[in-house]
Amino acid sequence: MKPSIAEEELMSPGHLACQGCSATISMRYALKGLGRETAVVLPACCWTVLAGPAPRSALGVPVLHTAFASAAAAACGVKAGLLARGDSRTQVMAWAGDGGTFDIGLQALSGAADRDEDILYVCYDNEAYMNTGIQRSGGTPQGAWTMTTPGQGGSRRPKKDLDAIVLAHHIPYFATATPAYAEDMVRKFQKARSIKGFRFIHVLSPCPPGWKSEPADSIKLSRLAVQTGLFRLYEVEGGRSRLNVPVAKRKPVGEYLRLQGRFRAMTPQEEARLQRRVDEAWSA
Amino acid sequence: MKKVLMGNHAAAVGAALARAQVVAAYPITPQTQSIELLAEMKEKGAFPGAYIAVESEHSAMAALLGAASAGARTFTATSSHGLAYMHELLHWVAGARLPVVMAEVNRALAAPWSLWTDQTDSLSQRDTGWLQFYCSTNQEILDTTIMAYKIAEAVRLPAMVVYDGFTLSHSYEPVEVPAQDAVDAFLPAYRPEQVLDTARPLAFGALVPPKEYLRLRRSMAADMARAETLIEEVGREFGEAFGRCYGVFDAYRCEDATTLLVTSGAVGSTARAAVDALRERGLAAGNLRIRAFRPFPAQALRRFLGRGVKLAVVDRNYSPGASGIFAQEIRAALYPATARPPVFGYVAGLGGGDITVELLQEIWSKVDEGKAEKTQPTWAEDAR
Amino acid sequence: MPELEAPAPSDPRVIVSGRSTAENLTGNWRTLRPSIDAARCTGCLICWKYCPEACVALTEKVPVIDYSYCKGCGICVEECPTRCIGFAPEEAA
Repeated sequence: MKPSIAEEELMSPGHLACQGCSATISMRYALKGLGRETAVVLPACCWTVLAGPAPRSALGVPVLHTAFASAAAAACGVKAGLLARGDSRTQVMAWAGDGGTFDIGLQALSGAADRDEDILYVCYDNEAYMNTGIQRSGGTPQGAWTMTTPGQGGSRRPKKDLDAIVLAHHIPYFATATPAYAEDMVRKFQKARSIKGFRFIHVLSPCPPGWKSEPADSIKLSRLAVQTGLFRLYEVEGGRSRLNVPVAKRKPVGEYLRLQGRFRAMTPQEEARLQRRVDEAWSA
Repeated sequence: MKKVLMGNHAAAVGAALARAQVVAAYPITPQTQSIELLAEMKEKGAFPGAYIAVESEHSAMAALLGAASAGARTFTATSSHGLAYMHELLHWVAGARLPVVMAEVNRALAAPWSLWTDQTDSLSQRDTGWLQFYCSTNQEILDTTIMAYKIAEAVRLPAMVVYDGFTLSHSYEPVEVPAQDAVDAFLPAYRPEQVLDTARPLAFGALVPPKEYLRLRRSMAADMARAETLIEEVGREFGEAFGRCYGVFDAYRCEDATTLLVTSGAVGSTARAAVDALRERGLAAGNLRIRAFRPFPAQALRRFLGRGVKLAVVDRNYSPGASGIFAQEIRAALYPATARPPVFGYVAGLGGGDITVELLQEIWSKVDEGKAEKTQPTWAEDAR
Repeated sequence: MPELEAPAPSDPRVIVSGRSTAENLTGNWRTLRPSIDAARCTGCLICWKYCPEACVALTEKVPVIDYSYCKGCGICVEECPTRCIGFAPEEAA
């Protein structure tokens, strides 16, 4: 059988990710979509560690490690530097976690998007500061337990609407992706490659230690996030939004929540409230 | 060609002559005109490099980290709070051994707000691994910017070209602008061996164990030490090419002096006038103006300073809980010397206060007459 | 006290990573071992597609799991549409 996504592997095994980490599956797909002529900029995030300590690297493309808040800015600089060297082919991808995107890196991200810099920014969103040991970020959903929201009811505030923030910058391409939908994800990276200007892909990336889920369930959770309607797969090109994976009949959010220990303390009332919010969002 | 330039323009013209390929900058008073000029030159086609108008100084330095890692020659300019905001990336760029060159315009840090010159901003970045050069004229700003690239690229360390806010940044002086081909002959294109390149996919800056980390910092120390002699060599070479010679410090009428005013930055020019006035009165005064603060020219100072001379160090900066920073560094540099000249520290002109010819003469006389406080810095206020 | 020799200017100033993490054999992280039942495998390649380690090799039909890297996460076991991947404790293998 012919594989449904590119065969070439630019991420090598032996990396230091936890079992069932979907940030690695996401990187595999990203590079399958982008190809060899890509440079990756990594701020502080899980990938800082799992890319491998020197002198080893998990990626078959050049990588620049940079400071936490600086992914977008450093990527702009790499692009300008490559152009100065006469290299206009190499794609520059900033690859940051939710902490580095929703929170500390938001200013640099906004600046780069505002300037319509010719880079691709990817947020692999595992919904908390996982590399430092599961603290709440702006990407943490309401009700989720983290080390800094340990009390009854978990995180009190709803997840920050990053998509709306990014889309407010009038960028040429925006997409969401999650690894259960591999073909959709690889296609979005291929598409991003073909577009000039600031491109953004928001990847929902299940994290077994942080979500207190079984490593084997990462893809299942990624799929359920879409099928329950909690995470929408769509893309916005030239201001026009298109739903890529329509969900004919949404599954109850409970199916997604119950596979994750981080939502264990959620009450039936809170779950019902979340369900109502999802239903309202889809009927809007 | 002689042109009348403000200090900020001298820095920008220097960067353009050095053929900086990527500029990323954010405005802050009193640095703004330097980046405005580059943006204007870019608009008119007189500056072929890229200009990234970033949204913060943190991003300015991060963008240059990226650009320099890709192999480009880079430039930015900042001041005070902007420099403080860059702090994290200053360490990063130095650790990555990238020869970024930056104009740094001295301005006091808040609180309370102040717009005027004060060296505490740049001096508080002394442990970041950047070379630091302090300029006393607009000509020196332009020349030092060009030399900074040559030195920085040879030792693979970033360099700050530091000058006083307003006193130099906004003052117009006649400046000899060298011809482009002469600068090209002096400063060849930057061609680093290892860059971000898909043909050779390397990762830069990944986690290292303690043993490797220490060795890397050790190699940084070795290159800093090498820079001390290189600054002199490049300064001489610059003199041969352009007729203006520079060293790690600049000694004015020091030969038979009993007491030296030790200064840096624009105060260095005032100190020359003070020395001339003192000499007129038959007093053996001299001025030692420190140009290189990092690497600190400890060896050169030990060689230069003989027995019996006293040092009146005038610091337009202050490290709370310690003393003026140049005074500290000079004391540390001279401690191993067998004949240790006494060092008297004066803190003056913080937040932009004038350091006048009269004040400098007064300081000199106090020290020369043995009336100066030895253990504590003396705080001197602008009498006017 | 172990002292470093005087550093030569040619000392490496940066450490770049040019070797592959494929040198790290992560197979010893594994406690459960997935094994594909070749008789029931349809060659759909879903196990290859979803592997976080990129350690499932494409072949003519039945993919091959590289046990030097497989961390035993079980994603392939969970996702296999024909449920033909067994998952047994390492000691049993």
